[in-house]
Amino acid sequence: MNVVAHPAGMTRGFPIGEPVLELDGISLRFGGVHALTNISFNVLAHEIRAIIGPNGAGKSSMLNVIGGLYTPQEGTIRFHGEKLSAMTPGKAAHLGIGRTFQNIALFKRMTVLENIMAGRTLYTRANFLEVALQLPRARAEEIESRERAEEIIEFLEIQHIRKMQVSRLPYGLQKRVELGRALAAQPKILLLDEPMAGMNVEEKQDMCRFILDVNDHYGTTMVLIEHDMGVVMDISDRVVVLDYGKKIGDGTPEEVRSNQNVIDAYLGVAH
Amino acid sequence: MAIPDLKQDTFAALLAGQAGRRPEAVVLREKRRGIWHGTTWRALADEAQALAAALAARNVGFGDHVAMIGENRPGLFAAMAAAHQIGAVAVPLFPDASVEEAAQQIAACKAKVIFAENQEQVDKMLRVLPRCPSVQTIVHDDDRGMRHYAQTGLFAHRALVEEGRKAARPTGPQAGGDDPAFVFFTSATAGSAKAVVFSHRAMIDRAHAVIGADGLSDADTTLAFLPPGWMCQVLFSYAFAMVSGLCICCPESSDTLLEDLREIAPTTLLMTPRMLDAILSRVTYRMEDTGGISLSLYRRALATAERTEAGHLSGVATGLGDRLRLALDSLLITGPLRDSLGLSQVRSAYSTGDALDPGMLRVFRAIGINLKQLYGTTETGFAVAMHRDGAVWPDTVGPLLEGVEISISADREIRVRAKGMMSGYLGAAPVADGWIETVDLGHLDARGQLHVEGRVDSLARLVGGQTFAPRALENRIRVSPYVRECVVIGDGRETVCALIDIDTLAVGKWADGHEIPYMGHVDLASQDQVYTLISAWISEVNEALAAEPAQAALQVRRFALLPKELSAEDGLLTRTGKLRRAAVTLRFATLIDALYAGGSVAILDHADAKAGGAETEGLGLKIGDARVVVGGTGRRAA
Repeated sequence: MNVVAHPAGMTRGFPIGEPVLELDGISLRFGGVHALTNISFNVLAHEIRAIIGPNGAGKSSMLNVIGGLYTPQEGTIRFHGEKLSAMTPGKAAHLGIGRTFQNIALFKRMTVLENIMAGRTLYTRANFLEVALQLPRARAEEIESRERAEEIIEFLEIQHIRKMQVSRLPYGLQKRVELGRALAAQPKILLLDEPMAGMNVEEKQDMCRFILDVNDHYGTTMVLIEHDMGVVMDISDRVVVLDYGKKIGDGTPEEVRSNQNVIDAYLGVAH
Repeated sequence: MAIPDLKQDTFAALLAGQAGRRPEAVVLREKRRGIWHGTTWRALADEAQALAAALAARNVGFGDHVAMIGENRPGLFAAMAAAHQIGAVAVPLFPDASVEEAAQQIAACKAKVIFAENQEQVDKMLRVLPRCPSVQTIVHDDDRGMRHYAQTGLFAHRALVEEGRKAARPTGPQAGGDDPAFVFFTSATAGSAKAVVFSHRAMIDRAHAVIGADGLSDADTTLAFLPPGWMCQVLFSYAFAMVSGLCICCPESSDTLLEDLREIAPTTLLMTPRMLDAILSRVTYRMEDTGGISLSLYRRALATAERTEAGHLSGVATGLGDRLRLALDSLLITGPLRDSLGLSQVRSAYSTGDALDPGMLRVFRAIGINLKQLYGTTETGFAVAMHRDGAVWPDTVGPLLEGVEISISADREIRVRAKGMMSGYLGAAPVADGWIETVDLGHLDARGQLHVEGRVDSLARLVGGQTFAPRALENRIRVSPYVRECVVIGDGRETVCALIDIDTLAVGKWADGHEIPYMGHVDLASQDQVYTLISAWISEVNEALAAEPAQAALQVRRFALLPKELSAEDGLLTRTGKLRRAAVTLRFATLIDALYAGGSVAILDHADAKAGGAETEGLGLKIGDARVVVGGTGRRAA
């Protein structure tokens, strides 16, 4: 009964399922600027979906439409098949959509632990007075939040900095803490806005592993924007390519890589 | 109820005794998700029994070897205890062992079962398997990332415990006191690691010797942070707990060690000179950072404490004024410092594994930490000699421990005989006459204190005829907070030169203070100002050496700063941070030749550049000169 030395083929913890998010004919204008024009694509449950494109292609606008920060002039968003009239950040949070930001948006003067616990706000009911007086409900919620936050701290391997003020941390770790805060809200869909921007190779590798681990362990559906093509191709299940606000490609990394429109957009083409 | 006096010469009997006497007392603490959780003696005994039953069901029994690889964790200690329940031999490996080393060691002991801490270790063990046909089962403690592993024979620690709870009690033969309990691999300062076998009785005997000498009890707490593959750490954790009932705390990770130390505030602690050096470096540069009145008060407090302790050792009673000052200093200066280091509750701390500089020992004692040296080798169970409370002569390693006999051979090598020594090397005949050679030089003085002067094979001789122990000289140089490690060269040469590994943190801080821009260790180690800083320190050491006629010839003429930290991964240090002298001199041969050739720059050849990391390839390495005092009067540049 000897152990076999070669690992068996990896099976996915959460197999890719039905569409959870369907975007249909989304157009977004700022005055005369067409940020997005007639974009349609969907996101399947438990998949890692990337949005890529050159600078100014409309990637962040797309993410902000999903996250409810921008309201598109045209088009519909369906969540689990249900049409949403107008998405707002609050509504997105209640639906289970979490996010991180391109320019880290943490509470700089608070500790790592406090930042992550702040991500639990959605799940706390105690009012100001209850918290101030440490009444039973507030205490119970705090204990629960702390447990959940500690689980995330362990998951992201940031035990050694849990009591450190965020502003004193290097950039790569701040990004990890931000991921932790987003995870604290237990999102079903996580929007990551350039999670690896400005990182060195090692930090990028770490971040990739955490994104894959989160997807594998919690089954979180991920929508991420990324500049680094190599990273995107390695970790995504499917990729949407935008250029000048239009969709020019959609498919698996291999399909996208061999798509002539995409090659032209990235390498430039004589018009 | 009278406690039945079990024949407690095995770890299984000791565990049963502790669990019977103090079932609800905590034996292990571990920080999980930010909170310290305790394991009681009853829980440990239950877990060990269940694991033992599961192992017995897998045909593991008396005389079989059970390996464990990982950091100090409750699961690791439970695995050791389980092996001892069924008369099996526990083989703890160094967690950072390479696949190559692990394969050799597992094959050497023919382990049937491996307890691996986490996915990283399991991956390593899976790569080891093809070369170790004896292995039937791998057990992993941490489930993270393990869901995808479908190998047969791979089990979760928890699942095995559950299985064992339902299984029948093992009926195989039990171990007796003289049967082997552990196999340890030596840290291999020179050559490859040797497998050392210890019987239950020998380990327990050595634990008794230290515990008896220092009065450790079940009220004590220790933090186990050194690698469990090191015999001394197992003695100070598992064996001490079984014998005295003390509580073992496991740090959350190596990154959180200092914080964990503060939270636990252990009463007894095992340390290595390398770690003490790191702590002292931190304290010194922070103190120097404060400057002004705080710094002068701190220095005065240390001076008073060192003076009174020296006085006490030479039989002078401490005066009332000094006693008042000591009390005041302890309250206002050293007390808060001890607290910030997490050492406020320490009754006894032990330094072992390498020679500790007497100066460093004095400073720690002046801070108010009862630091003692413990002397021994893996083969001699680490408990040969130890300082005793109130009589710590810093230049010795203390008197012999109970049950130890010593003989000094004609060429001054220390040989040891005691009950608690190794049974022998694995697979070799037992030591014939009971005398074990330590490969260390030394002598006993009139007070019965043992002096250790360095390893036999590391003793160096200058062309002029003077012999010296490089380690003692290196330790003097390492006293500076800016020097992390130092290697002196001089064997077969006319003069002494040194390779210096700077302390990145402390030198970096110094560079910040002097507005010297730098990028990383390599850049820092090549700055002229840093050379000047180190040169000034070495000149200071040279002055002190010149003051002692016997040492004057040992002044360091020239030195070079190493572009990369010496590390265990590069094979230049052992796992416990001890210098591998032969490997270092071989690796930096070109640089050493350049030191003696007289130029001011050495061009690293390919092998040296590789040792210094890829980024240093083709780099010209500077060589620094130090001031040398000649004939005790005039000075000249070397």
